[in-house]
Amino acid sequence: MLKINNLHASVEDKGILKGINLEVKPGEVHAIMGPNGSGKSTLASVIAGKDEYEVTEGSILLEGEDIEELAAEERAHKGVFLSFQYPVEIPGVSVTNFMKTAINETRKAKGLEDMPAKDMLKMIREKSEMLEIDRKFLSRSLNEGFSGGEKKRNEIFQMAMLEPKLAILDETDSGLDIDALRIVANGVNKLKSKDNAVIVITHYQRLLDYIVPDFVHVLHNGKIVKSGGAELAHELEAKGYDWIKEEVNA
Amino acid sequence: MSLKEKLVSSFMAFEDTVDVHSPIHDIRSEAIKTFETEGFPSKRSEDWKYTSLNSILKHDYSVFPKNENALEFKDVKKYFIHEIDSYKIIFIDGKYSSHLSQTTHDGLDVCLMSAALTKPKYRLIIENYFNKIAPKNGLSSLNTAFSAEGAYIHIPKNKLVAKPIQIIHFSTGNEAALMLQPRNLIVVDENSHVQIIERHQSLTDNPVLTNSVTEIFANKRAIVDYYKIQNDNENASLIDNTFVNQKQESHAKVHTFSFGGKLIRNNLNFYQNGEHMDSTMKGITIIGDKQHVDHNTLVHHIEPNCESHQDYKGIFADSSTGVFNGKVVVEKEAQKTNAFQSNNNILLSDKASINTKPQLEIFADDVKCSHGCTIGQLDDSALFYMKQRGIPEKEARALLMFAFSNNVLDSVKIPEIKNRITSIIANKLGVNIGFDL
Repeated sequence: MLKINNLHASVEDKGILKGINLEVKPGEVHAIMGPNGSGKSTLASVIAGKDEYEVTEGSILLEGEDIEELAAEERAHKGVFLSFQYPVEIPGVSVTNFMKTAINETRKAKGLEDMPAKDMLKMIREKSEMLEIDRKFLSRSLNEGFSGGEKKRNEIFQMAMLEPKLAILDETDSGLDIDALRIVANGVNKLKSKDNAVIVITHYQRLLDYIVPDFVHVLHNGKIVKSGGAELAHELEAKGYDWIKEEVNA
Repeated sequence: MSLKEKLVSSFMAFEDTVDVHSPIHDIRSEAIKTFETEGFPSKRSEDWKYTSLNSILKHDYSVFPKNENALEFKDVKKYFIHEIDSYKIIFIDGKYSSHLSQTTHDGLDVCLMSAALTKPKYRLIIENYFNKIAPKNGLSSLNTAFSAEGAYIHIPKNKLVAKPIQIIHFSTGNEAALMLQPRNLIVVDENSHVQIIERHQSLTDNPVLTNSVTEIFANKRAIVDYYKIQNDNENASLIDNTFVNQKQESHAKVHTFSFGGKLIRNNLNFYQNGEHMDSTMKGITIIGDKQHVDHNTLVHHIEPNCESHQDYKGIFADSSTGVFNGKVVVEKEAQKTNAFQSNNNILLSDKASINTKPQLEIFADDVKCSHGCTIGQLDDSALFYMKQRGIPEKEARALLMFAFSNNVLDSVKIPEIKNRITSIIANKLGVNIGFDL
């Protein structure tokens, strides 16, 4: 699904990712953990194709294809989805219309006709029910005046609508109370299949109680310094990150 | 010979075509003198500091089109809001086209200024309303001097006019360069409601300059909704002078949609003569290349307990330039006035510019007046967010621009107009997406 080789990336000539290697296979859930400033969000942005980041070395392969030259929307069309740590407010564009535009543009890129309005409405109804989203909410301007939890739930709603192959959840648990966390995690688990993959970026272990990872990687100073199974997340939760830093520096 | 000299010397020839013994002609004669003294405004005038007419005054315009031209409806259908039943007053190169028009005298008058200025049955209205609120400046006086044709609309009291009225001026390019002076008079009597759509459309690349004057009288409890669609060719320029006089409890709205034309100047004045009324001015401007759009508004709050709302959105690409000058005057007697003004702009290029200037003159002490203007760029983080969801750059930008200007359309009451405006915007932005936000 995703293969990252020796990835180096910088923003404004400042190196942030310094040689990341990561392979994610279909059906897998990977968690990327690490202290603040370790490069977790940068990795998510670089995979999604944010312009500000420059890949200086290495490659990102999606299903064997190098996607480094592709624009963000082209990566999205190929099935990359990023749940934003800070979803952007877009006044004047309703959630529903945003989703309609996103889905139909993706279909257009694949040479498909627009989705019939009836099917679109049905899908919106099903997916919003799954995430316990009030219908009224969908006619509001995207993310404008949403609470932190509403924003995150809306991200997962969009993920459910777009059915990506590779979903990257960047700090999706931050700002969620326990009920919202359960709803969001439940949504992600329902969307999981043997054909898609999820990368969960988080600072804390608690989301991983609900979305159980197959692999946990620890990012420190732009590199993956330790990988393990789900138990590594518990260890990090109990011991913090300092021991990893010490291990790396030793 | 300068255009001013040409116009002044043409006045004698014009006199051969009209009844010089009518009282109207005294007004015209007075007006040509004013124009001769005032001339065209220059950038030295404070109100014209950011708009120069020089580039459009240099052409050798025909002042009286010689030939009458015919157009087939099918060829110009797209410029009509043709999806709805409407009255139509259509002009081709300044001449009335009975073929394309649909006028009425059945309970209301939707007809021609040329008839109103000459026939006895309109005399009283003309005496009471014609040239009563147009200011005596150069441009308005020029129009008054040559006033002979345009739309005449009189809605008697207690009449809800179900069909909107479309006023469209076509120019065919039959003249190498053409100057038009349409003159409209709209009188809406007590408790009546009318909706009007105005458009100026050149059909060739030949230069056209239109200096239009519209006087609107919204009498007691009248409701006037006026829509101006400005999406003309790149060699067509428009100076639109619209003056609205309101009486108590009336509501008047003017929406101005400016997407095309070489130079557009909108002089839009509201005079509030009465209590408990509101005046609304809204506009969307989306231009590029070297286009120039200038909105110059005035609301004169004369009596207490009235409101005014101004909301203008502008998006400027390439080397286009915009001006917004919004003046609000609140007289000493006009207590409890609520006056709101906002002008928000997006500049899409380093070469585009906007000069925005709110001007508040408040002499009353118990009022609420607010104004705000912003100038910004499209939000990069919003663009990335949209692209990440699969919306390509161009469509994402278009959607953001549309969302930025969208709230101006909230007060458009005719869905077909709203649809037309959104499709013009989509077309202008080069995208094919529905904006049903």
